[in-house]
Amino acid sequence: MENLIGLLVAAPLLGAAVLLCGGRRLDRAGHWIGTALAAASFAVGVVLFAGMLGRGAEDRALHQHLFSWVPVEGFQADVAFQLDQLSMTFVLLITGVGSLIHIYSIGYMEHDPRRRRFFGYLNLFLAAMLLLVLADNYLLLYAGWEGVGLASYLLIGFWQHKPSAATAAKKAFLVNRVGDIGLSIAIMLMFTTFGTFAFGPVLESAGDTSEGMLTAIGLMLLLAACGKSAQVPLQSWLGDAMEGPTPVSALIHAATMVTAGVYLITRSGAIFNGSPDAQLVVAIVGAVTLIFGAIVGCAKDDIKKALAGSTMSQIGYMVLAAGLGPIGYVFAIMHLVTHGFFKAGLFLGAGSVMHGMNDEVDMRKYGGLRKYMPVTFVTFGLGYLAIIGFPGLSGFWSKDKIIEAAFAKGGTEGWILGGVALLGAALTAYYMTRVMLLTFFGEKRWGSTPSPAAPDVEPAAETSGEHATPHPHESPKSMTIPMIVLAFGSVFAGGLFSWNSSFLHWLEPVTGHDHGHSPLSAAAVTGATVVVLLIGVALAWLQYGRKPVPVTAPRGSLLTRAARRDLLQDDFNHVALVKPGEYLTRGLVYVDNKGVDGLVNGTAAAVGGLSGRMRRVQNGFVRSYAVSMFGGTAVLIAATLLMRAV
Amino acid sequence: MNAATLAAATSTGEAVQFWILGTVAVVGALATVLLRRAVHSALCLAGTMIILAVFYLANGAYFLGVVQIVVYTGAIMMLFLFVVMLVGVTAADSLTETLKGQRWLAALCGLGFGILLIAGIGNASVTTSTGLATANAAGNVQGLAELIFTRYVFAFELTGALLITAAVGAMVLTHRERTERMPSQRELAERRVREGTQVPPLPAPGVYARHNAVDIPGLLPDGTPSELTVNPTLRARGQVRDVSGEALAELAALERRSEVRLERRDASPEEAGK
Amino acid sequence: MNPMNYVYLAALLFTIGAAGVLLRRNAIVVFMCVELMLNACNLTLVAFSRMHGNLDGQIIAFFTMVVAAAEVVVGLAIIVMLFRTRHSASVDDASLMKL
Repeated sequence: MENLIGLLVAAPLLGAAVLLCGGRRLDRAGHWIGTALAAASFAVGVVLFAGMLGRGAEDRALHQHLFSWVPVEGFQADVAFQLDQLSMTFVLLITGVGSLIHIYSIGYMEHDPRRRRFFGYLNLFLAAMLLLVLADNYLLLYAGWEGVGLASYLLIGFWQHKPSAATAAKKAFLVNRVGDIGLSIAIMLMFTTFGTFAFGPVLESAGDTSEGMLTAIGLMLLLAACGKSAQVPLQSWLGDAMEGPTPVSALIHAATMVTAGVYLITRSGAIFNGSPDAQLVVAIVGAVTLIFGAIVGCAKDDIKKALAGSTMSQIGYMVLAAGLGPIGYVFAIMHLVTHGFFKAGLFLGAGSVMHGMNDEVDMRKYGGLRKYMPVTFVTFGLGYLAIIGFPGLSGFWSKDKIIEAAFAKGGTEGWILGGVALLGAALTAYYMTRVMLLTFFGEKRWGSTPSPAAPDVEPAAETSGEHATPHPHESPKSMTIPMIVLAFGSVFAGGLFSWNSSFLHWLEPVTGHDHGHSPLSAAAVTGATVVVLLIGVALAWLQYGRKPVPVTAPRGSLLTRAARRDLLQDDFNHVALVKPGEYLTRGLVYVDNKGVDGLVNGTAAAVGGLSGRMRRVQNGFVRSYAVSMFGGTAVLIAATLLMRAV
Repeated sequence: MNAATLAAATSTGEAVQFWILGTVAVVGALATVLLRRAVHSALCLAGTMIILAVFYLANGAYFLGVVQIVVYTGAIMMLFLFVVMLVGVTAADSLTETLKGQRWLAALCGLGFGILLIAGIGNASVTTSTGLATANAAGNVQGLAELIFTRYVFAFELTGALLITAAVGAMVLTHRERTERMPSQRELAERRVREGTQVPPLPAPGVYARHNAVDIPGLLPDGTPSELTVNPTLRARGQVRDVSGEALAELAALERRSEVRLERRDASPEEAGK
Repeated sequence: MNPMNYVYLAALLFTIGAAGVLLRRNAIVVFMCVELMLNACNLTLVAFSRMHGNLDGQIIAFFTMVVAAAEVVVGLAIIVMLFRTRHSASVDDASLMKL
């Protein structure tokens, strides 16, 4: 059974190799190969899952040692896989959602001449992501970590002919590098502290290590998680990453890769448990990002960017839960999985809408689409209900548990974190309702002349809106079927997981669980959640449902304008990092030009000048040279005499 | 020169000889440097070298003393004189200095060098003198020969090679390859006629003169010396002896005498006719 | 008399010769001055040979003479060449080796 684990990674890796090296002759079959291998990986995952369910809770974990990677005395790095319940969850999510999105991409990328390459990259991503979650040591995890970073870079910049896409890819890569440095430092610290970086020994001996070292490792891991999962302060790349094709946004930047940070923190739970300070920082980062992403999501008119803000916010939930320690690990992963379903569904729905609207992304130019795209409307709507936590759907179960767990943290921080989580729930309801209303309800704001409510139309918006009158239509089957499957997941996954606490029992052997002492009863929390949800929906309806929406965005309040600019994250980075960097560079250039080059050039100039003067000595007259020789001899004799005298 | 003179202490005779001949040698050397004509310099140098040969003899280096006279003064200095003759024996060099500061620098270096050298020798003065009595016991030439053909045999052979190389080198340097055929006498004559400037042969020296020495130009009919009649080298060296005034005076005297004689002859027929 | 006097005399002659090399423009005279310097060296060698009581110094002096002979042959050939091409034996006229 354990020999199958390698196949999980090998199948998509083979697909990537074949598709990327195969050349044009695979153009016609490329997408089928990629999809088949992703599905094969999923099938293997299902087989392994069935096998795992057949065993007792204690011996479910499988281990496969492939080969010694770096067999050096005192430094043993292996390529070995570990498949426990946590990894299994991720494997199913990655391969399952990944396969669906492969199928979706067949339709979505139909007219793209580089579709084969796209599938190659998708397979590469799957392989790297599976490597990440299956690795049994931090070094191999790091390899997967870098692999998904590479795949993300390639896919964000897939339409590299657009400067904005190329820039976004570069930005994502650079910001991720900051986090990667955190991970590499954490691994180095582990090696110096524990002498190894295999999960087993490290996490077992974490309890015996000093808290200071654990805090250091934990904070470095958190930095890594921030980079990969777009948490404050390394969040700025996610919004721009929406320049990539929509399936990429759905798979990588919503469902799987961005949750790698949550996986890392959960996997390293033993380290964080040993360091309350690091854990608190994790929770604070999660809470801040939760609100940050929600506010950004409220203000964006670009449907994908609104969803990106939402993703950031939802991952904030997960990180917050992971920061709560054993109280929250299970719920973090649970929310991660449900989020994977409904957010992927939402992104695919957004992609479907864009597909029907000539790639228009401005929601203010949508409106009334429910009649034209019924399937998209229904699946998107179910995803919407799931994410806002409508009672009974997936999001409700997982989010509610996180809010409960936040209160259960206890003390002042419990109240604050719980309050933030509740506020986040209200904001989620608000911005998702806004997306829903703008896209599918109201009168249509496309095709005709701009609405009289907005006389000052921006020229850029005009051209993009008028290059062709859109004819909204339902997407092909290859796109709608994955959406329907994901919608099912959005509806039922949460309930399935919560029924009889099945998910809790499933994951508990790996992550451990602690109920905490909630100051509020579960019913009270649920009630509060539903109330804030209704408030959020009502606010959004008041603003966007009751009255017509202007095609051009109104100026808005200071907060709105800041949120449209991603709460000034790029401005902050520019002032705090880019400018000092520029000044530093300029200073170094100055030092280089004046100091280093100055020394070199000065020496050269001095030698040149001196030579110019010395040249006069070379007058061509033998007798002059003879005088020099003679004088030199005299000096030599004088020196000899002096030396002897001394 | 007996064994006594070769002993450590030098005799009074040698001291006297040293001071007298040493002074002469220094004067000769100074004259070599200071005299304007190369020939005089060469002669002064030859004198100095002969004195050095005497000093060699006084120091027990009989073979070297002889070689110095034979090779240096005999061969090398003659070679010098030969070249001096080639280049121009009487042309005196100008002693005005053309290089700026050269004279000062030379004086400074020379003085400094000399002072330093003499100070150094004084510093390292060897007071004991072994003398060559034992080394020359079997005869100076035999002693030298023994060394040359044993210890220094390779250096000796090498110097032989060096001398041959030098001889060949000198020949190569001075040899001038003839690049065109030498014109025959007939061709030369035809060219003279064609150019028309000097159809007859150049006038020989001493024409219209009582001398036929090469350095005395012939005189033209009007009594002025003809430049063409003397060798250009002599002209360049300024060694042409102008005898035109003398010759003219003699001519004038001859004419006068002949006139007198003619007058007498003229007068006598008149007288005879009377 | 101290035999060192010969060495002093040689130093004096050497210096005079060197000054001549520096001061005279006529290549032949310059060459003569070089010969004078060589001879001064030979005198030292002979004097030291006597002082140390072995003949090696005389051998070296002998070789010096041979080398000087070779040098004179080549040097004078060069001077003759120079005179032929430039019609002058002045060392200052051969001053083309400069910038």
